[in-house]
Amino acid sequence: METERTENTRMMTENFSLFYGSFKALNNITIKIPANRITAFIGPSGCGKSTLLRSFNRMNDLIPGVITTGAVFLDGGDVAREDVVQLRKKVGMVFQRPNPFPKSIFDNVAYGPRLHGTKNRSDLAVLVEKSLKRAALWEEVRDDLHKSGMSLSGGQQQRLCIARAIAIEPEVILMDEPASALDPVATLKIEELMNELKKNYTIAIVTHNMQQAGRVSDYTAFMLTDEKRAGNLIEIGPTKQIFTTPSDSRTEDYISGRFG
Amino acid sequence: MSRESFDRELQELKRSLFQVTSEVRKNLAASVKYLDKRDMQGAAMIIESDEIINLKCLEIEEQCLNIIATQQPVATDLRLLFSVLQISTEIERIGDYAKGIARISQKIGPGKLIKPLTSIPRMQEIAGQMLDDAIRAFTEDDEKAARNIPARDLQIDVLYNQVHRELITFIMEKPSNIEQTMMLDWVAHNIERVGDRVVNICERVIFTVTGIPVDLN
Repeated sequence: METERTENTRMMTENFSLFYGSFKALNNITIKIPANRITAFIGPSGCGKSTLLRSFNRMNDLIPGVITTGAVFLDGGDVAREDVVQLRKKVGMVFQRPNPFPKSIFDNVAYGPRLHGTKNRSDLAVLVEKSLKRAALWEEVRDDLHKSGMSLSGGQQQRLCIARAIAIEPEVILMDEPASALDPVATLKIEELMNELKKNYTIAIVTHNMQQAGRVSDYTAFMLTDEKRAGNLIEIGPTKQIFTTPSDSRTEDYISGRFG
Repeated sequence: MSRESFDRELQELKRSLFQVTSEVRKNLAASVKYLDKRDMQGAAMIIESDEIINLKCLEIEEQCLNIIATQQPVATDLRLLFSVLQISTEIERIGDYAKGIARISQKIGPGKLIKPLTSIPRMQEIAGQMLDDAIRAFTEDDEKAARNIPARDLQIDVLYNQVHRELITFIMEKPSNIEQTMMLDWVAHNIERVGDRVVNICERVIFTVTGIPVDLN
């Protein structure tokens, strides 16, 4: 099924449910992810926000027994019908713990482009520089590109992972708690970077840190489990509105720290 | 999960605001009473006590800032704190109006007034009752009450116009009354402003409860 392509929706789900075997983890979720905006997913542990995020680039395909109903769309096309390698080129991911490859800084960033067919050394060099600049890491590593990615600090490693993700020119970057393993200074750098990145990319972020959701995101989606422990979308709205006048009392209870 | 200490801090803040409002309310009533009774000592007491009211309002402001800095309030909590800050400013100004009336009383001096006060005490009663009701609406999150209170401000405005016209006739009858007449007009004006400030408080109550800014003036 094709959805009508709208100008400002990059990704969306329609009546999307996900089961781990017989257990329903996501219940009938319909949500739009606006293009060139940062959408934050918040909610207590186990509410399905990471599962939903991972559905955007079919990371859950790797888990045995996962069944989905409904659909996830990227630019109006059903992601289930896409070649998964192509899909993950368009929808990149940054994880909670920085996970650079045990390779040089250069090779970490060049890994994706090489995989997708860029072999020319000077083309790769241009791409690596551009990606590291966009990830706000270039100035710190420009003279050390041959050093191991593992030798960087935690915050630098996470920015290296972001550079690696954007080196293949994705449309969407999914971030699953990208700053929860970082100190406050490195966290602020990542947040500043996200603001820069949204000019070129659409960002969806899962975060447990509500102040972070408030600081960085344009839209906030609140998820919660129902009595059967299935994750439901309670509401999504402009972040300013969610943090000042949420329309659902469950959202209010959660963001004001009285629940969860 | 509840946030007991945070909720307690918010309750304490509301209580502090309620207390300072009671003191301002007392000063407002007393300022008109002492003016009527030509009580110079009473007027001096009001002026002195206004200093304490100002300090208490500053303390409320500090309490708000501390809570914002340490508890990261959002949604209703944040609106509540924002409203407390604004309402405490309104209360502080109402305190200034009472002090202003006491100052005028001192300026007029201990002699008899050119006329017995009738409408001015009535204005004060209405404004004072409005203030009581508005702060109760705030502490009880009573949006309905907050919407009903501002209508009474019209009665104050009507009385103010009446006082104003009456005082002009006094000037016309006896131009040497002009100084005291103008001072009494200023007293009535101060009370008329109290009504407007109470309407602002009602707007804040509605904002706190609903999140929607309203203009009731």
